Amino acid sequence: MALSGIQIYKMLPQTNCKDCGDPTCLAFAMKLAAGKAELSQCPHVSDEAQAELAEASAPPIRVVTLGQGDAGFKVGGETVKYRHEKTFVNAAGILVALTNEDDDAKVDAELKNLADVSFERVGFTLEGNGVFCWDKKGDKDSFLALVNKVAAATEKGIVVSSADLDTLKAAGEALKGKKFALHAATADTADDFVAMAKEYGCTIVAKGDTLEDLAAVGEKFVAAGIKEAILDPGWTGIRDAVTSNIAIRRAALDKKARELGFPTIAFPCAMSEDLLEEAAYANIVLAKYAGLVVVSTLDAAFMLPTTVNRLNVYTDPQRPMTMDQGIYDINNPTADSPVIITTNFALTYFVVSAEVEASRVPTRLLIMDTDGMSVLTAWSAGKFVADAMAPFVKKSGISDVVNHKKIIIPGYVAQLSGEFEEELGAEYEVIIGPREAADLPKFLKGL
Amino acid sequence: MAFQFPKDTYSGSILEIAVGSGDGIAKVGGQNVMPLCNFEGDVPNRALVAMEVYDNVAATESWTAEAKAPFADVIGDPVAWAKKCQDEYGAEMICLQLASTDPNDMDTGADEAAALVKKVAEAISVPLVVWGSESAEKDAEVLSKVAEVCDGMNLILGPATEDNYKKIGGAAIGYGHTVVAQTPIDVNMAKQLNILLGNLGVPANKIIMDPSTGALGYGIEYTYSVMERIRLTALKQGDEKMQLPLICDVAKYAWKTREAGISEKEEPGFGDLKTRGILWEIVTASDLLVSGADILILRHPESVRVIKKVIDDVMA
Repeated sequence: MALSGIQIYKMLPQTNCKDCGDPTCLAFAMKLAAGKAELSQCPHVSDEAQAELAEASAPPIRVVTLGQGDAGFKVGGETVKYRHEKTFVNAAGILVALTNEDDDAKVDAELKNLADVSFERVGFTLEGNGVFCWDKKGDKDSFLALVNKVAAATEKGIVVSSADLDTLKAAGEALKGKKFALHAATADTADDFVAMAKEYGCTIVAKGDTLEDLAAVGEKFVAAGIKEAILDPGWTGIRDAVTSNIAIRRAALDKKARELGFPTIAFPCAMSEDLLEEAAYANIVLAKYAGLVVVSTLDAAFMLPTTVNRLNVYTDPQRPMTMDQGIYDINNPTADSPVIITTNFALTYFVVSAEVEASRVPTRLLIMDTDGMSVLTAWSAGKFVADAMAPFVKKSGISDVVNHKKIIIPGYVAQLSGEFEEELGAEYEVIIGPREAADLPKFLKGL
Repeated sequence: MAFQFPKDTYSGSILEIAVGSGDGIAKVGGQNVMPLCNFEGDVPNRALVAMEVYDNVAATESWTAEAKAPFADVIGDPVAWAKKCQDEYGAEMICLQLASTDPNDMDTGADEAAALVKKVAEAISVPLVVWGSESAEKDAEVLSKVAEVCDGMNLILGPATEDNYKKIGGAAIGYGHTVVAQTPIDVNMAKQLNILLGNLGVPANKIIMDPSTGALGYGIEYTYSVMERIRLTALKQGDEKMQLPLICDVAKYAWKTREAGISEKEEPGFGDLKTRGILWEIVTASDLLVSGADILILRHPESVRVIKKVIDDVMA
């Protein structure tokens, strides 16, 4: 089934022309094998090899793109069931449900949330990804007005849902040229959806109330050569949604079932009227494999925990999240405020900064690049040691913003204080801080 | 080709553990499938929600007004607080946090702490978890005394760590209690502590594992994956030393985060504080439920309501 990088390499031109963006054909082959590149990036591959490779190198779960340019996002392309095995690749898209029964105020408020609710965290921008437009009323005119309003307001992803094919066709015409999706094809309408996918260049969604029905629609898509599709296993409760998602992921990865080898969509918005319950459901389907998660609001208090959770679930388990090296001000420090040095492991930073903030003591954190290692790990790896820390402190510019030469080190590396002082020079004083971040408030207040 | 539901097979199951005594006995564990996979095996017991109760007022001083409000009339009275959680908020267990015994806090003595535990245990019918101040030496002293004073009540005592498991484990054996074995987010250390407790003579069905909780945004992905790996080892590889229920102390860590407590004035972009704080706890708990928690310790009544509903939905 899946080919190794070497097997793929043998079928490539082996000219190392770099037209694909990679330095060598072998590097490109390795990426293909890992599902991290598309064969179409190589302009020189022979037709024969292309046919053979396309089938074999297609990821077990296809990648779908929604939205335009930088506002767009990818879902699918997943290769594992448990996140410790290998990273979950393309973070789920979060879409807000809007219908032609919602009043203007609701639509405007959510479009504003879609544009404005955004959080910066460890170098990532966390935000909602688009709109699920639903023809709830079954009324073409009001629905098209909604779709046009949404399309005019955002370049993010749009999924258009109606039970009426004519309405969908009209929406397809209106959105032609954009990366959007039409929802939802059943066994009876699969052929119409395939035709619309070709006509409007869009993604299509297969729907089935049972996995058998869903697989049957998926089979029709695959037979028609559809590459970008989404699976909707039905608008039921959390138990069924999770069960379907687990079954689909297993079928795609373990059984190589092409008809179920697409990302899925889930509807926490339809599972509860209670926002807190909806949030629990949304975050469970996020963790359990949904590619698109449709929610009732993109309100900030709901989106912050939900997008942070998405970031956590999709974090590379082999590479720790890191902070940029530098000086971080907490509680508006002055030139007299204390300076704490620690490593750039994101969790170290979060925990230390939260405690310092809670202490209300104006403080500066001097975050040193230790390849994302925690204090003790970085110390034993020789990265958070006196002869590396001293030059960093001197180049950090900290002496330009404070009028003292005192530096607090984590209690766990108390043993390096003498050497650190020596490396820094006589005018510096190294103070041993607490071992646990939780003891920082008490320590800072006692300085 | 007809669609076939791709079922997984397992070679082990989690031990079923009974906690509490008399009419208040509750069972956890016993499942032989991965979390949320009820469709391919047995899940005889749903996960349980414990609510925390603090033995000192100081511990609640840093709480947001929203987190404090549901307990305004009982803070300072652990017995009343525990009863309120059980009777009004539907707590399925109580977790008494002996925060005041911390040598850096009030340093409450073992006798006083044990007397309070007994009073709380006698006032409620649901099982009682007794949590030390996480000061290894002091916990050994306090929890040993608690074990003795509450002889035969089958409390859940913890956390026992590699630094104090002998004393806590020994006392639990002597007086018939269950032990929480806590390790710092590490699969191998978790197994090692279970082996050590076993060698000491603690029966396997008297141990519950605490893999240590990283809150949402503060390392939850580590806890999540360690729990999944513990469960895979227990169920797919049949490793008996890992076939134990999991307890997660959600409340303390979720509510301590910056996001759960910072005001809208300071972070206008973060949205309504009340919803945000409760959701920080709910989302943390949801992740841990998905990765295998059998007991979740929560703080806010709204979190308890929602997580109990979710457990009914996915496990019942």
